[in-house]
This record gives sequence, structure tokens and C-alpha cells, in this order.
Amino acid sequence: MGRLLGVLIGIITGVSVYLFTGRMGWFPEQISEYAPAIDQQFMRTLIVVGIAFVSAQIMLGYFVWRYRDRGRGEVVYTHGSTKLEVGLLILTTTVFVTLAVMGQKVWAQLHLQEVPADALQVEITGQQFAWNIRYPGPDGRFGRTESRLIDDQTNPVGMDPKDPASGDDIVSINRLAVPVGREVRLTLRSKDVTHSFFVPVLRIKQDTVPGMAIPLHFKAVKTGEYEIACAELCGLEHYKMKGYLMVMPQEAFEAWLKERATR
Amino acid sequence: MSEIAPAVIHRAPTGFIRKWIFSLDHKVIGIQYYFLALLSVFIGMTLSILFRLRLAWPTEAWPLLGKIFPVGFEGGPMTPEFYLSMVTMHGTIMVFFVLTTAPQSGFGNYFLPIQIGAHDMAFPVLNMLSFWVTFVSLSVMVSALFVQGGAPISGWTAYAPLSALGQVAGPGLGLGQTLWIISIALFCIGSLLGALNFITTTINLRTKGMSLMRLPLTVWTWFTTAILALLSFPVLLAGGILLLLDRLGGTSFFIPGNLVVSDKAIAHSGGSPLLWQHLFWFFGHPEVYIAILPGMGVASQLLSTFSRKPIFGYRAMVYAIFAIGMLGFFVWGHHMFVSGLSPYSAIAFSLLTLTIGVPSAIKTFNWLGTLWGGRIRFTAPALFALGFVSLFVSGGLTGLFLGQTSLDLMLHDTWFVLGHFHMIMGVAAIFGIFAGTYYWFPKMFGRMMNESWGKLHFFLTFVGVYAIFLPMHIMGIMGHPRRYAQATEFKYLAATQPFHQFITIATLITAAAQVIFMVNFFWSLFKGSKAPENPWESTTLEWTVPSPPPHDNFGEKHPVVHHGPYEYGVPGASKDYVMQTDSPNS
Repeated sequence: MGRLLGVLIGIITGVSVYLFTGRMGWFPEQISEYAPAIDQQFMRTLIVVGIAFVSAQIMLGYFVWRYRDRGRGEVVYTHGSTKLEVGLLILTTTVFVTLAVMGQKVWAQLHLQEVPADALQVEITGQQFAWNIRYPGPDGRFGRTESRLIDDQTNPVGMDPKDPASGDDIVSINRLAVPVGREVRLTLRSKDVTHSFFVPVLRIKQDTVPGMAIPLHFKAVKTGEYEIACAELCGLEHYKMKGYLMVMPQEAFEAWLKERATR
Repeated sequence: MSEIAPAVIHRAPTGFIRKWIFSLDHKVIGIQYYFLALLSVFIGMTLSILFRLRLAWPTEAWPLLGKIFPVGFEGGPMTPEFYLSMVTMHGTIMVFFVLTTAPQSGFGNYFLPIQIGAHDMAFPVLNMLSFWVTFVSLSVMVSALFVQGGAPISGWTAYAPLSALGQVAGPGLGLGQTLWIISIALFCIGSLLGALNFITTTINLRTKGMSLMRLPLTVWTWFTTAILALLSFPVLLAGGILLLLDRLGGTSFFIPGNLVVSDKAIAHSGGSPLLWQHLFWFFGHPEVYIAILPGMGVASQLLSTFSRKPIFGYRAMVYAIFAIGMLGFFVWGHHMFVSGLSPYSAIAFSLLTLTIGVPSAIKTFNWLGTLWGGRIRFTAPALFALGFVSLFVSGGLTGLFLGQTSLDLMLHDTWFVLGHFHMIMGVAAIFGIFAGTYYWFPKMFGRMMNESWGKLHFFLTFVGVYAIFLPMHIMGIMGHPRRYAQATEFKYLAATQPFHQFITIATLITAAAQVIFMVNFFWSLFKGSKAPENPWESTTLEWTVPSPPPHDNFGEKHPVVHHGPYEYGVPGASKDYVMQTDSPNS
């Protein structure tokens, strides 16, 4: 029985390691400035976790094989070792805290760093079950919105036509076009329940919370069309709440905006 | 040390109702809790099988299931609202009525008083009340499945404002959600009463010689868990009441102004969705430890018993249990890194979270140290305790990913999280419950369970749970958000579909293996061979009394304790174990 369990734990350990490392391509493609750093931190953590996982499981598997009851011999009568406990305490505290501190670097860049003044401003308003994307237009200012003006068909974010700043605002549903290589500053809102703006290829996720305007910024470095998902349960069609991130060359982006503006 | 309680605090009841229904006996109440959890785990598992079918084959029609659940399968395949209500109810029933109930209220009620040498809990009437409140709570919860609109679709976390707005936000968010909140509030009250009882009993009713450092580690975990419950359930209770007021009383604790839901303006203003998350997770994170700590206690007790060695590092274990319990109150924010929480708070929560890995590592190290140099007896309970260690390691280590702010940007609310918490607070805790069941069944019911079936049950379940929960991590790395009724709407998720099918098949096989357990359990209940007083040659006090113990546990006499709880393989002793009550020089 001990040998069977020992071997089984060994096999499970092997399969787990293979599953996590045998193929490195589990992550989706990465196209943002910060994504490589996040993936690196993941790999660092994977190494630490991998070492701890393999040594603990193999020790467990080996001990159940080696110390199965064979009907003879004495057990090692011991109540433990303070020295070992303290050693482990120091080792694990050092490793875990170091890991946690290293993990803050990208976080700090993403959330605590100033966004360049020339960043492209975009407002994203989540709703059941779509993303409303608004650009400020040539004046660079978002017009005033009011919830009582909201109409899902004609005015999804409730723009006030009386505000001169809102005249040139451009609203697009589910399509977020951005120029490649330029910093984008998002303001995330929601008009009904909590959603979560999740772009796997950018490695960013941020809840859109009703009543809050949450800033987020990114820089996409590769053109193409990518999917935007909702990562916070928001109701019946949560699984269908899909948008597209379209990363374009600057000229194509300007043409796209212009084309939108004339609608 | 306080006064020892009187020998008999209430007489043995004679009528059926006072003996088995409204019983004051902690042992009967423990069994009642255990059966409540057994019924709940059956419901919870059935729900999971249902929603696994949709995940694996989203467009498949199930005519037979359509006959049983005509609304849930309207038009052939399972509807997304039925899927979400199954997910919600699965999570809620498993977390509250299984993982909180069986290890703590079930085993704890039965064995805490006996293991400390007491004749009953400190407050028997309160104990009875706590069970019956929990029973009513479960009834209310299950009734939510049958009301107009169905069970809520807001998940077991019931995030506001989705859970606060009512029917307008989605199906099941009307009466179903209201019943859900009422049930949870009742559950909080039941747990609170139980926690008071556990704490008072442990502090006041220990028998002569049962010093704190002679307590079995099971008692330490039940005691610590009770403290966690005492401090965390009231917060959820308050949150639940506020949520109920938002829904029924027109208040706006969690609903901000200017909301427009399905093109309808909402008349609330001034509330904060994040407030609900803070209240919920202030409870929710300690809850994880409420589920897993008693399993740690059982694993410690069993690994020592079945490797015939003292537990390695008893004091370190006690400190680690307490450290995990207390640190558990300072890390709730790691559920909220991307919720709109201040990024500075997130950093603080992240650092605190990773330090919880330290006492967890110490516990694992001590379990391995206990096995080292032992003579392990591979009984069914021992196998489940060993499985617990393996699953605890696997599930605990992935917490090092999720505890980091930057990695949460990718992994938060994906299947990686599901893999992580199912592995640790789900199946590791369930393995603790199984280990406890095989170990204590002879004491509780006076009969032995079948060992061979128990071993078969272990091996099938052990492989099965890894097959189910390991691939979930990979799906999360691929970016698959949780609570999606199907993965087929997104191109980048196409590669996860084979995983879904594999997991569903593994679920069906693993669930079928649980039939072995159920048959063994009920067969042994009536036909198992008679259990001796101490079948496993254990050392703690419950093994000094008959199986099952009499109404007042120890009769007129008080046990006197002379030894620590895990004296196995003592050099020079007459046998390979020394009972806690053996004379001082044995």
C-alpha cells in the first residue's frame, strides 16, 4: 500500500510539472509594454513554487514508501527540532516576502506611475452586456453625461447635447481602437452592475464599478484585433460580453476615428 | 483553572424526540450536523454534475434532464440562467453547509468535549439551538431552488449591486436572492452560537491535567476555528442585513446613484458596491480557514497515530494554527486587488498574504517530519490524511501566484482561482472530513467501516480530484474567466473546450466513486463488525470510553490526564503507545 501510494504521488507530481512547464505556450499572446514583466514574474513564481511543490511531494511520496510498517524496527522517537523550525521560518519568510516585493514592480508601474500628458484618453462604460467606448474628439474633452439621458439605442452613455464639449465626442460599442505604440489612458465606469474589463493579451484586468471612475493605462505594441472579455459575473449573458481591441497604425486609427465621427 | 463541571449536567433522555430530534447531547448534535452536511454534499455534488454537463457540451440537449427540470432546459440545452443558479447554489451549499458544517460543527461537537474530558458542551441548549437554526437555514436555501424565477445567479459571493437590484438585473435575483440572504443570515446566527459554545467549553471544561499544551491538535484547530467564526460571521450577518434592507427597505448601502439597468433608471443613491466586498471578504477569507483548519487538526492527529510517532513540533504546530487564524483576518483585500481598491492598500494586502505561506510551510514540514522514521499503517483514515497533505501542498502553493498584485491582473477571477481554492478549501478539506469519518466512525456508531472499500474509495478519489482540478489552473493561465456558461463565444478560449470535456468526464467518474463511500457508510452503520473501544490504538481521551460512548461520556468519574496527546513509540514503554490517561510512570 505504501509503495503504491508513493509511486502514485510521484506520478501526480510528474504530470503536474509537465502540465505547467512541458508547454510554455499556455499564456495568450502578449502585446503590451507591461505584459513581458508580468509573464516574467509568473515564471519566477513558478520556479519558487515548483521547487517547493516537487520537494514536498517527493518527500511525501518517498516517506510513505520508505517508512511503511514492515512489522519490525523502532520508530524514531522525537518531538521535533526548534532549530529546524526556526530555520524554515527564516527561509520561507525571506523567500515569500522577496517574491511579494518583486511582484509589486509592475503593479506600481501600472497603477502608481504618472501617465504622459499626451496619452490618448478613452472612457469605457460597462453595461449588461456591452462595452461603451467613448473618445473625447478633437477638443480632447469629454462632454457631460447624465444618467437620465441614457437610452440604450440612441444615447448609451447619456451624453448631454447642451454641453458644447460633447458635440465632438465619439461613441463606439464594443470596439476599442487604439494607435500602436501610444500610451492610452482609460477611465473605467459602469452604468448598472460591476463588470471587469479584461484584455488577456495586455495582461490587464480592472473592475468597472458603478459609481466609480477608475483609471488604467496601457501601451499596445503590436497591431491586430484582440478580444476583450468581462471577468466579473454581471448577469445572464456575462459569457457573451465581448469587445474587441483594435490596435492600428496611427494613420489608420485617425481614419477610423474620422469615419466614426461622421456617423 | 476553573471548577470542573458537575458530572451530569442533564440526564439521559428517554423519549425518541428528546433523544434524537431535540437532543441536548453534544454527540447526537454532532451526528445531526454530520448528516446535514452529508445531505448537503450530495446536493452540492449533483448541482456540479449538472453545470459540468453544460460546460463540456454547451449546445447538447438532455431530454431526460429536461423532463426533470423543464424550466432549466427550456428549448433543449441547459439555459445560461439555470447554469448560473446551479453554480451559485453549488458554491453556497458546499462552503456553508458542508465545509463549515461537517469538520467543525459535526466532528467538533462530537469530539471536542470528549477529547478534553468534559461531559458535554458548556451550553447544551444553545448547542441544540445552533443546530436547528442551521437546519432552518438549509431549508430556506434549498427552497430558493423552487421559487418563481429560480435560484439566484449572482454567485456565492453575491456581489452588489447585482445582488441588490432585484429581478431587473436578471433571473433569480428576485425572491430567490432574498431567500438566499435570509438563509445566510440564519446560518451566521447558528455558527455564532456554536462558536461561543466551543470557546467556552475549551476554556472552562478541560479535565484535570488537560493543560493547554496537552490538548490534541484537533482541539486546537476547533478552538481557533471557533474564534475565527466568532469574529467573522457577525460581519457577514451585518452585511446580509444591509443587503436585505437595500432590496426590501429602499435603503442604499451598496447601490450608488444614477444607475440605469436594462434601460430603467434606479431610484437609489449614495451606496458603495465596494462596501459589500469588504464586508463579505472580511468574513470570506477567515471562512477559508474555518473550512481547512479542522482538516489540519485531523491530519495531524491521524499522521501521528498511524505513523506510530509523536507529532513533529507540537508547539510549532499550535503557534502555526494560531498564526494562520490571526493572519487570516488581515488579508481579505487580496480578493479585491482589481476591484477598484486603492493600489496602495493592494500592496499591503499582498505582502501580508504571502506571509501566510510561512505557517503553512511549517505545518507541512511538521507533517513530513512526523512521517519520517515512523512505521506507517496504511489504513483508510491514514490514506486520506496523507492525501490531505498532498492536496494541501498543491492547493496552498498556487496561493503564491494569486497573492501577488501583478499576477492577479491576469489570473484574478479566472479558472486558476477555481483550481486553487477547490484544491485547498474544497478537496483538501473534504479529505480531512473523509479521514475523520473513517477514523471516528467506529467511535460514533460502534461499528467498523469496511477497510478495503475505504482504500478503493481513497485511490479513485485521490486520482479523480487531481484530474478534475489540476487542468483548471491551465485554463486560468489561458485567460478563461470563471462563471462563463460556455467558453465558445471567444476565439481565444477555443483551446479550453477539450479541458472542459476532460474535467466533466473526470467529475462523473469521481462522483461515481463516492457511491462506494455511501454504500460503505450505510452498510457499516447496520452491518459493520462491532468496534472495540480503541481500534486504532490511539492515545486521546475518546478512545478510553466505549464505542459509542454513553450519554455522559465518562459516567461518574472524571478522567485525569498525565501525558501529551501523541505519545507513540515511547522507548521503554510496555506497548507502542501511552494513553493520555495512563499512569504517570507508564
